This record gives sequence, C-alpha cells and structure tokens, in this order.
Amino acid sequence: MKAMRWKTVIALALIAVFAIFAAGSASAAPKKGGVLKFVVGSKIPSYDAHVETTFGMIHPIRPFYSLLIRVNPNNPSSPTDFVCDVCEGSIPTPTEESTKYTFKIRDNIWFHDGQKLTAADVKATYDKIISPPKGVVSARKAFYTMVESVTAPDKNTLVFKLKYPSGAFVPALASPFNFIYRKADLDKHGYTWHKKNVNGTGAFRFVQHKPGAFVEGKRYAKYHHKGKPYLDGFRAISAPKMSIRLQAIRGGRASIEFRGFPPKARDDLKKALGGKLKVQESDWNCNLMITPNSKRAPFNDARVRRALTLAVDRWGGSKYLSRIAIVKTVGGIVFPKHPFAATKAELQKIAGYWPDINKSRAEAKRLLKAAGVDLSKTYIFNNRGVDQPYRVVGTWLIDQWRKVGLKFKQEVKPSPAFYDSLRKKKDWHVSIDFNCQSVINPLVDVSKFLSNDVSGSQHAQYQDRTMDKLYDQMNREADPAKQREIMRKYEKRALDTMAHQFVTLWWYKINPHRSDVKGWKIAPSHYLNQSLDQVWLDQ
Amino acid sequence: MAVSEITVEEVAAERNEPSHRRALRDWICRKPLGAAGAFVVLFFIFLAAVAELITVYDPVANSFESMHVPPGAAHWFGTDQFGRDILTRIIFGARTALLVGFLASVVGSTLGLVLGVTSAYFGGRFDLIFQRIMDVFMSFPLIIMALAVVSIFGTGIQNVILAITIPFIPRCARVVRSSALAVREIPYVDAARTLGFVHTRIILRHMVPNVMAPYLIMLTTFMGQAILLEASLSYLGLGVQEPTPAWGLMLQGGAEEYAESAPWIPIFPGLAITTAVFAFNLFGDALRDTLDPRLRSE
Repeated sequence: MKAMRWKTVIALALIAVFAIFAAGSASAAPKKGGVLKFVVGSKIPSYDAHVETTFGMIHPIRPFYSLLIRVNPNNPSSPTDFVCDVCEGSIPTPTEESTKYTFKIRDNIWFHDGQKLTAADVKATYDKIISPPKGVVSARKAFYTMVESVTAPDKNTLVFKLKYPSGAFVPALASPFNFIYRKADLDKHGYTWHKKNVNGTGAFRFVQHKPGAFVEGKRYAKYHHKGKPYLDGFRAISAPKMSIRLQAIRGGRASIEFRGFPPKARDDLKKALGGKLKVQESDWNCNLMITPNSKRAPFNDARVRRALTLAVDRWGGSKYLSRIAIVKTVGGIVFPKHPFAATKAELQKIAGYWPDINKSRAEAKRLLKAAGVDLSKTYIFNNRGVDQPYRVVGTWLIDQWRKVGLKFKQEVKPSPAFYDSLRKKKDWHVSIDFNCQSVINPLVDVSKFLSNDVSGSQHAQYQDRTMDKLYDQMNREADPAKQREIMRKYEKRALDTMAHQFVTLWWYKINPHRSDVKGWKIAPSHYLNQSLDQVWLDQ
Repeated sequence: MAVSEITVEEVAAERNEPSHRRALRDWICRKPLGAAGAFVVLFFIFLAAVAELITVYDPVANSFESMHVPPGAAHWFGTDQFGRDILTRIIFGARTALLVGFLASVVGSTLGLVLGVTSAYFGGRFDLIFQRIMDVFMSFPLIIMALAVVSIFGTGIQNVILAITIPFIPRCARVVRSSALAVREIPYVDAARTLGFVHTRIILRHMVPNVMAPYLIMLTTFMGQAILLEASLSYLGLGVQEPTPAWGLMLQGGAEEYAESAPWIPIFPGLAITTAVFAFNLFGDALRDTLDPRLRSE
C-alpha cells in the first residue's frame, strides 16, 4: 500500500513537471498578430539602401526588402553564421579554387507589385552595388573588389566569379544594405527611383511614410518564408530626441528602439518598468570617426591632421564618456574583439593612443606651430543632430582640441543636411563621421580608409595609392597571420603616418525593450537582424 | 480747506532735484513691479558684462572628475554631465540671451517702425499691398516662422538673430501703422508737405518721433519674446550649438536625460529663462502703462 502511494506521488510529480515544461514551451511558441511600434532616432535620407549608411533608413525600410543571404536571425552575434534569404538551401561551397559561388534562387518569391523575383533581379541589384554607372553612389562598392563578374545563366541561378579567393566575400554578401531590387524598376525608372519608392519582397508591404512622423508597414501574405511574419504590421515612429524615445518606451507608446541607449537611460527604464523590461547588451561594430577635410587648409597638411588626433585623450575619454554616451572601447580601425584588431601595446604606438596624454598634446602643439597654423581662427566642425553619441562626443572633441589651442565652431545639422554636407558640400574643416558596419568583416570594414575614388564612403577626399595597395595585398593574402601584419601597416598609415582619418571610440550597444517583444536578438550591429520577420508580441 | 503738509525744506529739495531723477523716483513709486523688472534686467546685463570677473570656472571646459556634482559650496548650482559649472554657464549664457534679445528686438522693431510709418504715410494701394504682405507673415506663429528661417539659413547665433528678427517686423509694423495713421492726419504733416519736404524727411523727422511710444512698448515686449524664442530654438537643437553657453541649450540633451537623477541641470537654466522673460514682461507692461496716454489718464 505504501509502495503504491509512493508510485502515485512520483507519477503526479512527473505529470506536474511535464505540465510545467509544456506550458513553458507553449508560451515560447510565437504568437501571431499585433503591430510592433518602435522608435527611430534619425530621419530617412532616402529609401535606397545601396546609397545610405544610416540606421535611420534601415530600421523603417529593411522590413520591406529581402537579401540574397543574411546573418542567421537566431544567432546574429556570430560573424560566420549565414543563412539563405532569397537563395535556396544553405550557403554554397565555392568551386574553382574557391573563386566561384553558385546560388540557387527560390522559385516562390514575388515582389510587392505582384511580379515574380528571378536571378536577373538579384544580378541587376549586385551590378548596381558592385559596379554602378558613373555618378551613381554605391556606399559599399569597395567591399566587392574581389568580384570579377556576376551572371545569371538562368532564372534560378546566380553565379559570382571572384578574381581571387576571399574570406571577406560571403560576409559582404550578407550586408543588410543589399536590398534586392526588381530589374524592371531599375531599367524602367533608373537608378535613383528607389530613393523615393519602395518595391521589395520583404516580410512587410509599404503602407505609408509621413515624413518626420512615422513609416507604416503591413504583413505581406506572400512572404517567401512560410508562416512568417508573425506581426500584422509595424509602425516606425520618428523621434529624434532621446528623451522622447525613452518616454515612448516607458509609457508603452513604443515597445523597442533598435539602435541603443546609454547606460543611464537603461538604468532609468529598469527602475521605472522593472519586470516589464528586458535588456540586451552587446559590443558594437561601430565607431565614431574624425574626418579632416584634406582639401581645405590647414587640414591638407598631415602635421595638422596628426595634431588633431594627438590632442584626443582616448583612454581618459573611454573612462568618463562611457558613463554618459554609448561609446566605450578604445580601438584602432578593426573591431576590438577580432583577432585582426590591434592589441593595447600595438595601439599605444599609434599617434593619439599614446599612454601619456601630456606628451601627446605637447607634440600636437609642436606640430601646429611647425605647420604655421593660425590659432586665432575658428574652424568649422560638422556634426550630426543625433543625441547619442554624436553631440556628446562632438562636445568632448571640441574641448580636447581646445587644449592644444585649436578652436572649432560646431555646426549640428539634421541627418539629411549633415549627409549633404559630409558627402557633397564639404563646407567644413573637420567632420564627424562613423564607420558602422553590419557583419563583422574586418577585411572590408576598413575599406573606408581607401582612396575616395575606390572607397565610396570616404569623405576626407584624399587619394592614397599606398593605402589602396596595402588593402589589395591584404585581401589577396591567404595567410591570416600575414593579413594581420598588413592590417597593422594599413592602420599605422591611416591613423598615424598620414593621419587621414581617426577613430575616436567604439560603441557599446544597450537595448532595453518591453519584455513582450519576442524573437528579436541583439547583434553586434544596429543594422543587423532588422527584417522583423522573426519578431512577435507576447500579448 | 485742506492744509498742505509739505514743508518748505521739502519743496526746496524737490526743486533742486534734477527732473529726470524725480521722474524716475515717481515712476518707481507708481510702478513698483515694472521697476523690479527693470532691476532684474539691469542685473542680468551687469552679469553678462562682467562674467569673466565674477566667475571662477571656465564655462566651456570639460571636467569629467566633477560630473553631476549636486549644488554645494564648490558649485552653487551644481555641474552638468561634462562637469561644467552650471552657475558659470548661466552667467555666460546671459550674454547669449541678451545679445539675441536686444539685437533681434531692436532690429525687428526698428524695421517694423520704419515700414509701418511708411505704409501709413503713403496709404492707398501701397498700404493695401504692404499690409497684405504683413498679413502673410503674421499668419505664421512666431516659432514656426523662426523655425522656417533657421531651416533655410542654418544654425548659429547670427541666423538665430535673423530668425527671430524676421517675425518681429510685421508685428511691430502693424501696431506702429495704426498710430501713424492718426499722426498722418495731423495738420503739421500737411504743413511739411506744403513746404516741399521730401517723403523721407517727413517720415523720419515728423512722423516717427510721434509714434515712439508704441515702438518702445513693442521693443521691450519683444525682448522677452526673443529670449524665449532663442531658448526654444536652442532647445530644439536649431539655435546656438555646444559648447557655447546658452540657457535653452542647457535644457537640451543632458538636462532631459538627467532630469530625474540630477534635477539641478534643467532647473537652474529654466529659472534663468523664466526670470529674464518675466522681468522683461513686467518692465514692458509698466512702460506701456506709462507711455500710453489713455492708460496714463486713467
């Protein structure tokens, strides 16, 4: 009788455990429905991802488009885990001594205008990205210097032929900026049509964009990843001021902001929302840069540019700025945790990273004097009207330069005007710039330091063929140890010897969001994992 | 019969006192609030003029060792997120506020004065067309008009002054014109015309001096409004830029972010703006009461 009772107790306990487990599994299963509201802290310069480099465009527009391949949305922190999006199966293994990649394109994809997607559309897209006609901007064309040709032998096959084997190629393909456009749109409307029009194959259809207010998308029923998206729609609310974005999350008017908040904001939200808040944190493949205008005196002189970087106390800045801004790590041109990144000892040999800031600033003053810089003049510093981290770091930089006698007037502009100045007008002596990349891929991430006719995203206006040569050598080199060695030379020349452009600090990503937002995983980039097809609301 | 209680000495002293000083004393007694406003305005002007002499901290230098220090003996108003002394930045910020306030209101009111009187003097079709143009400008709220100007010309202190000046012109012109219409009908204007004086002379020498009362009232009212507009534009990130000390700018960025944990960051610049605007308004009201003949007779 006693044994019988024990058996009953054990059976009941097992049932209870099973029930709890089953309930847990049920709550983890994605729920359909709901509209995700999120806040975006920057305006949309244009809808054309091949041209743009900002999250202000990616966050509201990426859900309308698909990519050839993408970072695994379930494992976005990995720099090597890629999955097919419009292609079929797994990422192809290269053939012909690792110089040929053949992708099979899915047969079940329709653009939002009802037309079927074929390999010709993907080819036309990559032609625009890799070899745009003269006058057409492609911000990341330098990522694809290894590509010899792109062909579409039939409607379901796409072939990339490389000039040489490159480990940087597949990660470059997974760039979230490589929106697949319809060939007929490009042929009929031209290469600028996508700046103001949307026609993709993404999880959501474009509904409307009220400039300065919001972008709205609704579920695309014929989305090629079956069963997705889970959401009925989304609304990307424009909120340039960080306090407004924070209040929106706090008050429940928005559930998430995908870019990142400073530590103080996270703590305030935690205090206010308690268990209703979830926080995800990650290192960030993004750094804030200083770009001197090499065509404008006195910054056409390498000594003056070198003085600019020598004046900046990065080690001290990291300690204090990380408390008030989304910057933290001192690093060179490569993502600090990557094996190709400079070690602390290596960094401390580069101008601007010396351990003794007084010695560094004394050298800066000497260089300015030797270059005959007029210290009574006020120079123009172009900055972006985004709270974090631009304005904070901009104000800090002006103070750093003041310490060596250089005076700057800060001109803060809204994103479209800022980009216009940075890219076209060049009406500044020094500008803030950023090197925010998506997939961690140092071999191409550092292409921003190439000559301006090669890079596509270098705004300092210099041409340095030695840099181009080193970059080419590095990309053609198969041995990682030798690649690293060349990277050091490339870095030294960019940051120190020629002082073309400088890195200030690397960013640190903190994403506090309402706990009912599920299915979204933080990545080391605010550009990644933004298709929203995995996201669901636990309501 | 009432008996005067004024002594002979007092009458003598009153006679010896300069008339302007007596007038000022009378005005202070009649308008104590206006006088208080004027005192505060003069106090801010004094602070702005001698800012370097009365402050011990650099208003723009970062001092990260002193981030978010609450008000105390070392920093009376505390420090901001860059470790800058808030009192020092408020004192230096008075310069920005007063510079923008004075320049925008003086230029805006003076241009409005000239245009308003000219419009009234010529009358007819010129007046009709001119007033419709003024109507167009006045149909925009002040802040919207200022935002539009800043969007076209860009940020920076000169553009902020321009952005605030432009919407002031039609407002002053409209008020001044109504007074000038009455002045135009007074015989001495006809007499000046008969004597063959040119239009410019009649407008500037004979009409403008007779509409100075509404002009001065508008001028003082605009000063408060200009300070508020400058603060609003800076708060929106369209005014003066960091690290320039400016009250509106001090309310932006860090002030919003640290409003809960470091409330002194927004409180003191907010108080400075409120006090300055209130003072200008009190002074402007008192001036209006004094200069407006209808209110004076009451």
